[in-house]
Amino acid sequence: MNAPFEGIGASVRRKEDLRFISGRGHYVDDMNRPGQLHAVIKRSDRPHAKINSIDTSAALAAPGVVAVYTSTDLAAIGGLPCGWQIHSKDGSPMAEPKHPVLAEGKVRHVGDPIAVVIAATKQQAKDAAELLHIELEDLPSAASILDAIASGAAQVHDNAPGNICYDWHIGDKAGMEAAFAQAHRVITLDLTNNRLVPNAMEPRAALGDYDSSTGDYTLYTTSQNPHVIRLLMGAFVLGLPEHKLRVVAPDVGGGFGSKIYHYAEEAIVTWAAGKLGRPVKWTADRSESFMSDAHGRDHVSTAKMAVDKDGKFLAMHVDTLCNMGAYLSTFAPAVPTYLYATLLAGTYTTPVIYAEVKAVFTNTVPVDAYRGAGRPEATFLIERLVDAVAYDLGMDRVAIRLKNFIPRDAFPYQTPVALQYDSGDYFATLDAALKHADWAGFPARRAAAAAKGKLRGIGISTYLEACGIAPSKVVGSLGARAGLYEVANIRVHPTGSVTVFTGTHSHGQGHETTLAQLVVEQLGIPIANVDVVHGDTAKIPFGMGTYGSRSLAVGGSAMVKAMDKIVLKGRKIAAHLLETDVDDIEFKDGKFTVAGTDRSKSFGEIALTAYVPHNYPIEELEPGLDETAFYDPKNFTFPGGCHVCEVEIDPATGIPTIVNFVAVDDVGRVVNPMIVEGQVQGGIAQGIGQALYESAIYDAQGQLLSGSFMDYTMPRADNLPNITVATENTMCTHNPLGSKGCGEVGAIGSPPAVIGAIVDALKDYGVRHMNMPASPEKIWSIIQSRPAMAAE
Amino acid sequence: MPQVTLTVNGKTASVEVEGRTLLVEVLRDKLGLTGTHVGCDTSQCGACVVHVDGKAVKSCTMLALQANGSSVTTIEGLAAADGTLHPMQEAFRENHALQCGFCTPGMVMSAIDIVTTHPQGLTEAEIRHLLEGNLCRCTGYHNIVKAVAAAWPVMHGKEAVAAE
Ligand code: FES
Ligand code: FES
Repeated sequence: MNAPFEGIGASVRRKEDLRFISGRGHYVDDMNRPGQLHAVIKRSDRPHAKINSIDTSAALAAPGVVAVYTSTDLAAIGGLPCGWQIHSKDGSPMAEPKHPVLAEGKVRHVGDPIAVVIAATKQQAKDAAELLHIELEDLPSAASILDAIASGAAQVHDNAPGNICYDWHIGDKAGMEAAFAQAHRVITLDLTNNRLVPNAMEPRAALGDYDSSTGDYTLYTTSQNPHVIRLLMGAFVLGLPEHKLRVVAPDVGGGFGSKIYHYAEEAIVTWAAGKLGRPVKWTADRSESFMSDAHGRDHVSTAKMAVDKDGKFLAMHVDTLCNMGAYLSTFAPAVPTYLYATLLAGTYTTPVIYAEVKAVFTNTVPVDAYRGAGRPEATFLIERLVDAVAYDLGMDRVAIRLKNFIPRDAFPYQTPVALQYDSGDYFATLDAALKHADWAGFPARRAAAAAKGKLRGIGISTYLEACGIAPSKVVGSLGARAGLYEVANIRVHPTGSVTVFTGTHSHGQGHETTLAQLVVEQLGIPIANVDVVHGDTAKIPFGMGTYGSRSLAVGGSAMVKAMDKIVLKGRKIAAHLLETDVDDIEFKDGKFTVAGTDRSKSFGEIALTAYVPHNYPIEELEPGLDETAFYDPKNFTFPGGCHVCEVEIDPATGIPTIVNFVAVDDVGRVVNPMIVEGQVQGGIAQGIGQALYESAIYDAQGQLLSGSFMDYTMPRADNLPNITVATENTMCTHNPLGSKGCGEVGAIGSPPAVIGAIVDALKDYGVRHMNMPASPEKIWSIIQSRPAMAAE
Repeated sequence: MPQVTLTVNGKTASVEVEGRTLLVEVLRDKLGLTGTHVGCDTSQCGACVVHVDGKAVKSCTMLALQANGSSVTTIEGLAAADGTLHPMQEAFRENHALQCGFCTPGMVMSAIDIVTTHPQGLTEAEIRHLLEGNLCRCTGYHNIVKAVAAAWPVMHGKEAVAAE
């Protein structure tokens, strides 16, 4: 009987699904502890104001209320730390104003937490929060990037003059200027990258618990990286040593970056649990999520490309202003610098690049990494600029890409902005995408649409991104205050089943299946005999969690290393049992065999021997079969590919419909094709959301207008297309799996393809570029206000 | 405080509520049925969908008192007593129609309602339109649409008429 194929390359159905489809998932808000209290946060409804007074007496007297805390009660605890320090052009460190857990003296954005009310029930806490008398005195505010950098702008922080966090650059300025001076033409494009709200479907939640008999704290939280939270909150905020603090991130309902960061509520419930000696739970309402989860993107840029007369790229200059919001979120400073400007070569041979990035404080929610984090912003800028070059030079959009692609034989390829790409084949992904999308047949479809009175357009994006974050030494030299290796502990049990303890975290990615498949592949045991444990600092070794599509490339590589150790030790035990030399023992398909013979021991027999070492080389070898490995990546990984989008616009309404979407990505080695396809589809849905629907909108004062699902357009089933997903993979050359990562490619590659299609559909109206989201209103206004230049 | 009596997943439950208590709060907080989720506060996301007297209802948008005397089915009550999954649950697993699983209980409950109320068959466009009240941030809906289409013939004991 043949065992079913469950190793690398099999679309194994997910192990985690049974609990999710039967309502037995275990999310933070599903948990309740005996004696638990409920916390409700009173937040600022003003963008910028002085706190003149807080009167808590009525709230404290309300039914069920146990405590009300404000910043004065938290005087002994620290602010929320920032995990990455950027230095400006002049060498000075970024402005790093304190990010208090509860507002101190001033509120700086709508949603800034002012006080916490703790009561027996959530309703009682909510009712009491209404009784807080908080006197706020409005201050002038800086709601947008451009407002904040204007002269005389309101100052968000006293110690960040001009609202500048940093003024950073990368690349060769003199080289860029020289190339620009001699170029045939310089093509310029002004563009914005719209501000987004991540909106994982599970709102953030945190439950603090304190055991007075041991002095141990436990925090259950909706996090992508429980060890990072334990370190940041323990060491920097609460002053708790790690061995007295356990952080558990159980089932987490999506993250997309927004659950990486250490948030105030985590510190509040943990601290309050200790103070009150009772568990304290907080769960966000969705409207709180909108004004307290870190937002994403929000750039204003000018991009310039110097070209020769054939459209060859000679040099690029990028000038970007990016929004940090009111405070620095955990990894915010890294996103528009090392995760953005270092990607500006894209898939092209542009020999000289110079980028300047100014980070700006505003009276808005902090901005940090959201799915793709810097790379979608870079990709949108590059791909839109390449289309603008083609437009201005009257060239074909495919031809100009082919002319400037990094050749197949140029890898490893050193870009002018620090990264070295190890592998890729942009011609292959382009070719496959054009075929799947029938690019050649488009003119006929456009004509057919025109005959029905519709406007059809097609767009293309040939993107590259960097994943598998990241070599610790490199990121350390760039300002990271953490290492970015990953860890795995592989515990073989006496009868040969295996538990994997991984430092990565699954919040939808399916690690319990994908990572188990690595064990199937390497140790030759059935997937039913493998469990993957993640998300609990009391169980897993110190790992960095999941973001930046790193779990397989970095976490999986740590597993491979740990399993190498298991196999080596197993061979030594087998050599002893089979009375031969270790070099003669081969391990394959779950069997240790003396080479060239049929004498063998099964994996289970070796495991049992390791734990019952009666006949065992005890002098040379410790008992047990339990190995840990840390893996520090040698480089980033570089997924890339080609997305093609085709839209049809109804000129009467301006509503665009995506009629076809094709993604051909290079994600390196694929472990579970079904899961990869799902990741790419989900990423593209978010990319289409950014391109057509989503936008976090503040009014001129800094009031959040799109603060609920009624005002912020989330993509729904009926405004997304079916998506054709394929891969054309080249292997990562520097990790043992060859995998590159697939979690973000969809969100990174797709937006410029969608906008390219909209712009193409409107080309007869003289449209060269459109910022996101391409709403029906914008499209309709163009159609109404301009005569079509050429009738089809 | 007023009392409501419900039949939930076949069992009778009687609980004290406030006038403002929502059905979802009774299910999650009083009855411990945490499979039904809350994803928003504006009745937009559908994470909370359950069946009340056989109809899909957003349980965050119904007062517990309004549900007095009714029969409620939640995601926990779908599988047969011997653990056999409902065809829609099977279809979700088989088609990779879930990632983080947070929207899944509401999605499955809505999807069952969509299929049972359309015995004449469903096109892909209809499925997409009818799923409009449920948000999923992970999957892009592609595989959810496939799962609903795949469950239709099983639930109606017919050949596939549905999309794809
Ligand atoms: S919780 Fe969102 S609709 Fe009910
Ligand atoms: S599976 Fe995560 S929201 Fe739908």
